Amino acid sequence: MTQPVTAPSPPPTAARSNPPINRRWGLLMPLVVALALAFIASLAIGSVNIPPDQVAAALLGREVERPVWAQIVLNLRLPKATTAALAGAALSVSGLMLQTFFRNPLADPFILGISSGASLGVALVVLTAGVAGNTLVAGIGLTGDFALAAAAAAGSAIALLLILAIARRMYSNTVLLIVGLMFGYFATAIVTILLYFAVPERIQAYLNWTFGSFGSVTWGQLRVIAPAVAIGLLLALLLAKSLNALLLGEVYARSMGVNLRRARTGIMISTAVLAGTITAFCGPIAFLGVAVPHLCRSLFRTSDHRLLIPGAVVVGAILSLLTALIAEVPGSSAVLPLNAVTALIGAPVVVWIILSRSQVQKSFDT
Amino acid sequence: MNQKILTTHQLTIGYMPPRRPPAIIAGPITVALHAGELACLLGPNGAGKSTLIRTLAGMQKPLDGRVLLLGEDVHHLAADDLARRLSVVLTERPPAGLLTGYELVALGRHPYTGWLGRLTPADEAVVRWAVEAVGAADVAARPVSELSDGQRQKLMIARALTQEPAAILLDEPTAFLDLPHRVEIMRLLRRLARETGRAILLSTHDLDLALRTADRLWLMPAGGPLQSGAPEDLILNGAFEASFRTEGVTFDVQTGAFRVQDGARGRIYVNGDGAATIWTRRALERAGFTISANGGPVLARVEVRPNGSGASWRLHRNDRSSEHFSIADLVAALEPGEAQ
Repeated sequence: MTQPVTAPSPPPTAARSNPPINRRWGLLMPLVVALALAFIASLAIGSVNIPPDQVAAALLGREVERPVWAQIVLNLRLPKATTAALAGAALSVSGLMLQTFFRNPLADPFILGISSGASLGVALVVLTAGVAGNTLVAGIGLTGDFALAAAAAAGSAIALLLILAIARRMYSNTVLLIVGLMFGYFATAIVTILLYFAVPERIQAYLNWTFGSFGSVTWGQLRVIAPAVAIGLLLALLLAKSLNALLLGEVYARSMGVNLRRARTGIMISTAVLAGTITAFCGPIAFLGVAVPHLCRSLFRTSDHRLLIPGAVVVGAILSLLTALIAEVPGSSAVLPLNAVTALIGAPVVVWIILSRSQVQKSFDT
Repeated sequence: MNQKILTTHQLTIGYMPPRRPPAIIAGPITVALHAGELACLLGPNGAGKSTLIRTLAGMQKPLDGRVLLLGEDVHHLAADDLARRLSVVLTERPPAGLLTGYELVALGRHPYTGWLGRLTPADEAVVRWAVEAVGAADVAARPVSELSDGQRQKLMIARALTQEPAAILLDEPTAFLDLPHRVEIMRLLRRLARETGRAILLSTHDLDLALRTADRLWLMPAGGPLQSGAPEDLILNGAFEASFRTEGVTFDVQTGAFRVQDGARGRIYVNGDGAATIWTRRALERAGFTISANGGPVLARVEVRPNGSGASWRLHRNDRSSEHFSIADLVAALEPGEAQ
């Protein structure tokens, strides 16, 4: 007799009061259509005016009136739009996971010091190494780009390893959060010292990196970004079930059979790969990681991560594409700093949505 | 004799602070939780009730000894194996999120579902059964954030049920509820223990309610050994009173209630019967008097005389008599200033 307490056979009651899960999933389809439209718009609109039929022709590999148009669409706009979509998805999903994990509505992908680590790496390369500052200004195919990305990736990785070492030791989430913040301050302090002693051109180059940009990513770099984001997102999906249990807090999650150490390590790796990769190649893109998860909870009216993760992928990609489009200032040759646009346009929109639906309060209600 | 579900053997509980000697809170404890039984863990603050529950639930390592759940050490079971045999409900107000009541309860199927957490029809049936078992079917479709504390706690208990465990441990699950809801939750837990054959242990500060509902008490006096037994046995052998003995509070074995005042203002004889007499005695005790059961030397005598729907009180003291028409009036007349 190993299991003497038999489960009472549940009485066959009629299925009632089931939440309308399918109706929530139904919202995903129109959003995917919106994503497709935003992606097409990103290819069609830019500082150079290219007729839509010529954009289509370039994409389909047909003859284009002017060869430079094909060049612009295929090697500039397409990688840029792809990067924007991947970045939006990656940052939104990592923000979502960290908000649930820390049960903190202000958590974003960089709360654990990942962007600070990347900043430190970039600052070390830009401000001290023997690379001429002006070649590092965001552009296509400049030699400094990969060095920059490598430095940022190394910085993110150091932050990640530090956090993982602590996460494995099973300290509390608060300890994890504080160590992440402290690492951020520490890295920022070193960057400040480097900036203080650097020459103006290099400071400008560093600042350009901190503004964030999707435009400097090449196809060669996308071969690194795309698989990394795919792996990170897949890992996030595998964690959806544990994240749902973590909605009730760590103690309950564990009592319901969540292997906390594994879940925590998975969340840290996934968010660090997602946010670290994007930061390495695009700079520290603020705002999307905090805002999109709130937006998704509002739109889908759920806390179920099995829906929120795909939702954050799609909504994050849409928002990211749109802000990149606005940063281009269509019809002009000016380009605004991406980070300024994401917050300038996005913040009022998100405030409006949140105020009108008041779901954020409830999601983090204790 | 019911089957033992959860047993401890020479269990010592406490904390192991880094680079310091271990802090022992209680032990050694040898006790058993039986199938179909509702046990209440009682004890003053700081006696280690929560630590004991956490240790029994496998959340905290014991300093010494073992906790066996159906013969297996809870501290050696994998998290999901343990979750299929034991579930917990905690004091803290469960976080709401945007979950519906049904979704909250369904989280309890976690140790049974696949990697995506998809519920099979069998899982759904268990969830519906649990929701109905706690009487929360009417709120299951609503967002948890809109529900009251009592409704939320019922859903958390339903969630604990959907894990289909052999034992459920609850750490002060009624602490933030009002009295009617506390009674409701206790009745619910006792019914669930009986009907489902599960072993349920809860810690509570609600001594009176525990005395009236628990099949067994686990008494945990500060520093003393843990004793378990039927509530009435523990009262009659004095263990219950000993566990809660503090300045100014005494347990009345006759009435089964705690007396808050020391009764030092003198003895009063109350004559009469019915509800009015019972509440007159309560009022005088509250005011600091001792109620005299027989005649003997007393400070005063009170005669309770029912009249119609109310009552009147005649107070005899120092060869003087007075008539009072409310208990407040009577108590006021006994104040020192009124003595002459």
